[in-house]
Amino acid sequence: MKKESIRERSVNFSFVLPALLIFSIFYIYPFFYSFILSFQQGDGIYFSKFVGLANFKEIIFYDKDFRHSLYNGFFITFWALTFQNILAFVLALGVDKAIKTGKIYRVIFFILPVLSEIIIGLLMREILISNPGILNQWLSKIGLGSFTHDWLGKDTVLLTTALVHCWKGFGWAFVLLLAGLQTIPEQLYEAARIDGAGYIQSFFKITLPLLMPVVSMVIVLTMLGTMQAFAMILALTRGAGGLTEVPVMRIYNHLRGSQVGLACAEGIVLGVILVSFSLLMFYVSKWIRRHWGVLPN
Amino acid sequence: MYYQTKKIITLIILHTFLISVALSCVGPLIWMLNASFKTEAEFRSDSGLKPAAGFNLENYKTALFEGKLGFYFLNSVFYTFITVFSIVIISSLAAFAFSRLNFPGKDIIFFMFLTAMMIPLPAGFVPVYILLNKLHLVNRIGYVLAMSNMGLSLSIYLLKTFFDQLPRDLEDAARIDGCNKLQIWWNVALPLVAPALAVVIIFNALNVWNEFVLASLMFTEDKLMPLQVGLMEFYNRNIIQHTLLMASLAIAALPIILLYLKMQRQIIKGITAGSMVG
Repeated sequence: MKKESIRERSVNFSFVLPALLIFSIFYIYPFFYSFILSFQQGDGIYFSKFVGLANFKEIIFYDKDFRHSLYNGFFITFWALTFQNILAFVLALGVDKAIKTGKIYRVIFFILPVLSEIIIGLLMREILISNPGILNQWLSKIGLGSFTHDWLGKDTVLLTTALVHCWKGFGWAFVLLLAGLQTIPEQLYEAARIDGAGYIQSFFKITLPLLMPVVSMVIVLTMLGTMQAFAMILALTRGAGGLTEVPVMRIYNHLRGSQVGLACAEGIVLGVILVSFSLLMFYVSKWIRRHWGVLPN
Repeated sequence: MYYQTKKIITLIILHTFLISVALSCVGPLIWMLNASFKTEAEFRSDSGLKPAAGFNLENYKTALFEGKLGFYFLNSVFYTFITVFSIVIISSLAAFAFSRLNFPGKDIIFFMFLTAMMIPLPAGFVPVYILLNKLHLVNRIGYVLAMSNMGLSLSIYLLKTFFDQLPRDLEDAARIDGCNKLQIWWNVALPLVAPALAVVIIFNALNVWNEFVLASLMFTEDKLMPLQVGLMEFYNRNIIQHTLLMASLAIAALPIILLYLKMQRQIIKGITAGSMVG
């Protein structure tokens, strides 16, 4: 192609201009602005004062509540990584085998991820809250009366929140894992069967190694999504007096309480944690792939 | 014979498991629908467990008109429609340029959009909210602008990969026929990437429709609130009227469920594409 004139090139540039403008104003500028805000105290709109690293010092050394909110986030993430993803994996394996009826299951499992966090949170609040105690009544009807419990009460509210989060999210992991499973060619399994491999052996030698990229992606995305979960938890428990306060809820409340600097600093600390975990996961999955020697690079 | 029985038993166990998980997904939603058709007195006597006598739409009327849910619903439709429309136009223009046209700084700018998709910003809404305040844009326009940015990078990336796969012959033919670049974008390129556009539309529409954080910060007036914020508000105002609450949740959930059942292939594709890229 011949070299275009300056006029032509500026016409070309105008195609990206709207996107670039929106992106600069609402992504690039806020990105750097949040660092500036994190050195300040005040509401950020009408009054603000430069305080240096005081906000970070507060968060890292003194603020027990932030640490607690991180703990809550990790707790829910732990359940999402184990319970939610293993359930999704087992379901995906099952549906992959019974492929003829698989479609209807896929449709049903994915309803919950499509619905909004607020709807799920409020609906489960109505079902779980002790008065009138819908779930408890269901349980006693089917003869599991001994399992009735104050689900949103002090001692189980965090676990309940984690389980509701898993319940909403497993369909999403299921769809990704199923899509991954269906890319594995059937011939591999047939060849393995002819060579005398059992189901368990072909699972560990074929399915798992070939699925490794999808699995590590699901792990990273589960972690990123769960650590930033907020709206569902707000609708379900309102924070339960700090018992289910997650990091983003804390940031949100600080912003509402005109402590913008603190909110931004917390966001930066959380962001650094998330980025380092993603990078770690990236290298671990690369190492596993090289170690197992199934896939190139 | 032995293998036959073993296979059948495995299948029965498998389906029992799958069906029970499926029931746990659908059960609460069916209960919600059922309870929404009841009166408060009926609900108190059986906790919504018995099937409702009929389609009693009283709760729906109250929620939609007295509870202003109809208002919130229309607001959400408005925000979603305008935001998705602007994202589609802006991102397809940019994606077309990244794929086909030359201009200074092309690679750097595209790289910036890519990086933006990878960096998680858990407190991204804080500076955006402050910025909107300073620009006096805490209103409909500001919300639509800020939301347009949310799905922009991903949409550009998706559309660019599709544009890259298109053969150039059609565009050359159009150019020879005297089309300028804008006409080629609109008449030739866009119709050819219709499947990708569908994915972009669905992904962004669900994103905007379900957005809560920024909307709840920006809109404290009833007349501006979208549905998600309105639902929280409605819940707080009617906390003891369970059947009314269920009707309000059903009003918010049913359109999405129906849309999903009708277009589930594209929706699943849209949402998984969103995660695959990131």
